[in-house]
Amino acid sequence: MAQTVPQDLKYTKDHEWVRREGDELVIGITFFAQEQLGDVVYVELPEVGAEVQAGQPFGVVESTKAVSELFAPASGKVVARNDELVDAPEKVNQDPYGVAWMIRIAPSNLAELDALLDAAAYQKYVEEQQ
Amino acid sequence: MSQEFFPNTSPGTRGLVYREPLIFERSVPGRSGASLPSAGVPETDPADEIPAELLRGPIEHFPSNSENEVVRHYVRLSQTNHSIDTGFYPLGSCTMKYNPKVNEWAARLPGFANAHPYLPPEQLQGVLELMWNLQNLLSEIGGFAATSLQPAAGAHGELAGLMIIRAYHLDRHGTPRKKVLIPDSAHGTNPASAALLGYQAVELPSNEKGMLEPEVVARAMDEDVAALMVTNPNTLGIFETHIKEIAEIVHAKGGLVYGDGANMNAILGVARPGDLGIDVMHYNLHKTFSTPHGGGGPGAGPVSVAAALEPYLPRPVVVKEGDAFRLDFDRPKSIGKLRTFWGNFGMMVRAYTYILELGREGLRRTAELAVLNAQYLRKLLEADWHVAYENPSLHEVIFTDRNLKETGVTTMDVAKALIDHGFHPPTVYFPLVVSGALMIEPTETESKETLEAFAAAMKAIYERAKTDPEGLKRAPEKPVVERLDEARAARKPVLRWTPDFEIPF
Ligand SMILES: Cc1ncc(COP(=O)(O)O)c(C=O)c1O
Repeated sequence: MAQTVPQDLKYTKDHEWVRREGDELVIGITFFAQEQLGDVVYVELPEVGAEVQAGQPFGVVESTKAVSELFAPASGKVVARNDELVDAPEKVNQDPYGVAWMIRIAPSNLAELDALLDAAAYQKYVEEQQ
Repeated sequence: MSQEFFPNTSPGTRGLVYREPLIFERSVPGRSGASLPSAGVPETDPADEIPAELLRGPIEHFPSNSENEVVRHYVRLSQTNHSIDTGFYPLGSCTMKYNPKVNEWAARLPGFANAHPYLPPEQLQGVLELMWNLQNLLSEIGGFAATSLQPAAGAHGELAGLMIIRAYHLDRHGTPRKKVLIPDSAHGTNPASAALLGYQAVELPSNEKGMLEPEVVARAMDEDVAALMVTNPNTLGIFETHIKEIAEIVHAKGGLVYGDGANMNAILGVARPGDLGIDVMHYNLHKTFSTPHGGGGPGAGPVSVAAALEPYLPRPVVVKEGDAFRLDFDRPKSIGKLRTFWGNFGMMVRAYTYILELGREGLRRTAELAVLNAQYLRKLLEADWHVAYENPSLHEVIFTDRNLKETGVTTMDVAKALIDHGFHPPTVYFPLVVSGALMIEPTETESKETLEAFAAAMKAIYERAKTDPEGLKRAPEKPVVERLDEARAARKPVLRWTPDFEIPF
């Protein structure tokens, strides 16, 4: 199956993506992540207002195979979360870079993004994993 | 369903199965399985005696059935199930060995089965003697100073062990410390137990051989670390050869080493974790010592400790004074009581019976045969199936679905297909560090013929994956209920029956 790795995003080695939108960051998990997980059945996200820490767990995603933690690509305060995923976790499998975004944060240190992988580096990393 | 893919050694076939509705659907209002004699005293209406807010109203749709309806209902359901008494059950990390029936005989001896836990110790001497002997045998087998039989499962044993470690640090250093180090191949209960006690679980990466390296531990080790939790052999089935060195690194910084004893079946009578520097370890009696597993009965997760930790064991412990046994509650440093009464006593009788029946030589032979069986299966399967780790494994071996990649057949499909062959699937997608893991633990109780029949089924599945992947993806087709939509069951679970509920298949 063709791997889709959008060019305009940054990536973590734990397979989260982050997109900059104005002053905010939108965070989700990658196509590769959802493919590895299989059918996603449950998503747990932090409350709006919660602080997330770069590299630390901010939520949980559960599939028919396994339960995995979600790791924050950057630090900041949660300004929105995608409550639709609670009722329709299958969206994570259907559209991981689009409707299945997970949280939106107000970042506290944008320089953290520099430590993340760009699309080419992430693509290479995923290929090594397989 | 096409029969060409089924070797005639596969035990799976069809028998007579019954259409069985839910017990609620079998219910007829007013029907009952019991006829009670008259009470011999005037009947009163509870509403006259008890305040209305404390009275429970009728329970809607509470099933009313006769005795034989109830018996047939559950026997029929049980007949559609797979169990260790009906077939091979190679569920990795679970040690699904056959449970000898002599254990059941012993547990049903009236002196054990009818003993009330509140009998005075003078009348419980046999029970206490058995507990005392079992404590000592488990201490001896693992190389520890003392053992508590109280915990009710492996995970409960982990919690007990970490509570002991916590109590030790508090007592010695005035702080419980903050972190527990856990390799990435560990069972999920390890970090869960640590988190439950307020510890931060720190994951340590294992190397490309599936092993924990001393340098990795050394780098993570500081004076905030309360303990390292290790499983040996680990959940990859691989013996951690550097365990002594690792224990020294942890001890040098004042930490303790917790041993997850779930995999003791591989080293029983061969190596003693206590001798390798482990300070605390739990056993799973329902794995290693042949007591029923899963729905078959309560578990038991005794916890054994080195001498320095003995004061913190759960109370009471059984002690011997002269020729008499008693329960000692006077243990001021104890972490307290963890379980109603004295633990799951019926399981202690079964495990004790098992140990006495096998003896020292028999226990060692158990481990040797468990490893031999796993080696034999590995050899039979490795031509077709990709082995996750090249280096030697002990009592279990992990394959993956890598060689089937281009067919689209996954580990889950292989697991489902094994059901049609009459075998319980292996553990799948665990440990998480292996992609598409198929973790096979045959145990010592299976014959060469059974292992070969299983290998033949795996070969047939492999070949079918290459020629008929779509057919394989429909499996299982033989059971009463065919392949379930697991994702839907988890996403939209139906947890309560209602009369208008329509089963959607
Ligand atoms: C390695 C390991 N540790 C701990 C446990 C937990 O034991 P239990 O299921 O008795 O709580 C298991 C159970 O499968 C295990 O495999």
